[in-house]
Amino acid sequence: MSAPLPPIVEFREATKRFGEGPLVLDLLNLTVQPGEFVSLLGPSGCGKSTLLRLIAGLTPLTAGSLIVDRRSPDAAAADLAFVFQEPTLLPWLRVTANIELPLALRGIAPAERSAISRRVLDLVRLSEKANAYPRQLSGGQKMRVSIARALALSPKILLLDEPFGALDEMTREHLNEELLTIRERHAWTAFFVTHSVAEAVFLSNRIFIFSANPAHLHTEIPVPFPYPRTAATRLSRPYHDLVADVSRLLRSVEPDTV
Amino acid sequence: MSRRLQTIFLPAATGALVIAAWYAVHALLSEDLRFLLPTPTAVVTAFRTHADSLARAALNTTQGALLGFALAVIVSSFFALALSLSRLVRIGLYPYLMILQMTPVIVFAPILVIWVGAGLKSVTIITFLICFFPLVVNTTQGLVSTDRHLVELFAMWRTSRLQQVLYLRVPAALPYFFTGLRIAATLAPIGALVGDYTAGSSAGDGGGLGFQAIIYSSQAKYAALFATAATTCILGFIFTAGVLSLSWLVLHQWHDSYENTDK
Ligand SMILES: Nc1ncnc2c1ncn2[C@@H]1O[C@H](COP(=O)(O)OP(=O)(O)OP(=O)(O)O)[C@@H](O)[C@H]1O
Ligand SMILES: [Mg+2]
Repeated sequence: MSAPLPPIVEFREATKRFGEGPLVLDLLNLTVQPGEFVSLLGPSGCGKSTLLRLIAGLTPLTAGSLIVDRRSPDAAAADLAFVFQEPTLLPWLRVTANIELPLALRGIAPAERSAISRRVLDLVRLSEKANAYPRQLSGGQKMRVSIARALALSPKILLLDEPFGALDEMTREHLNEELLTIRERHAWTAFFVTHSVAEAVFLSNRIFIFSANPAHLHTEIPVPFPYPRTAATRLSRPYHDLVADVSRLLRSVEPDTV
Repeated sequence: MSRRLQTIFLPAATGALVIAAWYAVHALLSEDLRFLLPTPTAVVTAFRTHADSLARAALNTTQGALLGFALAVIVSSFFALALSLSRLVRIGLYPYLMILQMTPVIVFAPILVIWVGAGLKSVTIITFLICFFPLVVNTTQGLVSTDRHLVELFAMWRTSRLQQVLYLRVPAALPYFFTGLRIAATLAPIGALVGDYTAGSSAGDGGGLGFQAIIYSSQAKYAALFATAATTCILGFIFTAGVLSLSWLVLHQWHDSYENTDK
């Protein structure tokens, strides 16, 4: 047994409010180890996106502490990549240029940039679209490019905020499998926000369920299925049982909806 | 009828109708009033007769229009950048820009003539003033309308302010800039003509189309006056076509205002 690794993300009594607004996060304690894939579930507006933006250092904590990769979130930002719900591609740049832009802004040489973009485009199986403009791609393809662009930065932590929320179920399941395949080769830690219980169970080794007003961690559910997980995982009995359990739990914290 | 035929036939038919109506009105006018509306044939003849002076005048007007237009593009871009980058500049400057825009440029003409003299300089400045506002308003709007998700993305990358402007805000503002440019392109020849009309000069190589219009009207050469108007039209058309081509070149591959024709 090796010594336990220090956590890669640690919230301690973290509190967040925007200006004079209501509490968004209330005394949150949450620890994630390197290499984990954790999903965040909870009612709309409970603060899941805010939690990711805190880790990314895009907004400061009001009280408490947050350590990311043994540093402040701002100091760790270079080792983070964010995948938003929208693909956020620059429409005036071709796919390759979109992927290479953050690398170029970091001063990486052209030869290395193009080697990296070729590699990540291959990972998301979109090499043949390297010269396309974003508007020539489907929704799923755009999301793949967005993920490739994030991977190109070789992040230690990948923050994904409902990346597949706008896609149809088939495409979503497909991209879920693809994401796990990629992760077998690149051991980043993932924070994945979603409204799909099935997706959360399929992807993660732990699920955090948040309740609203103000958000606190309601329950933490380990997902015991070993990786690699494949499409066959979705057909297994324990998988279905767990999805049903988590759904029930989630409904108990969701405010009544019509 | 195919799309292509429609786009040729329908405008042609409209043109034919207008010309027919023109002849009809001319014929209906009493003999002593017909000089007020010369026939298209008479206008074409006037075109030929005055080709030299019209061409020279058109060249002069083009010069003023181009200079004023180019100056407006450059100065408005700097203004738009300053306005978009600083809230303080925006608050401090905007009311005056609005006041200046409300003021009809024509009232400046006599002042300009006193300050810089009649001729190309005055014409250029008047054109500049007329083109400036649509450009600065549209470009500023473009620079502040950047998709907030993309701004967040750049924040995530911890880019410098300069990088954000160069790689995000400026390209994102291009479609707005071209909207302003298109409006300015239609205004530039008119601006130069009006400038020439009010502050033109026959000194040097002669005046522009506005000056020419004054001469023809004082000489009661009404057909030539119509030919002058037509020349201005052509000039405006060339300007607009130039800007539309440039806009197409820059935007057609990625912007939704152009059809996605690839594949
Ligand atoms: N920049 C901001 N300024 C003020 N309030 C904000 C800001 N961002 C988020 N909030 C508030 O914080 C709360 C949490 O928002 P957040 O976007 O994190 O929710 P979420 O869990 O991601 O919701 P959803 O599932 O709908 O995406 C909401 O009440 C929201 O109104
Ligand atoms: Mg959210």
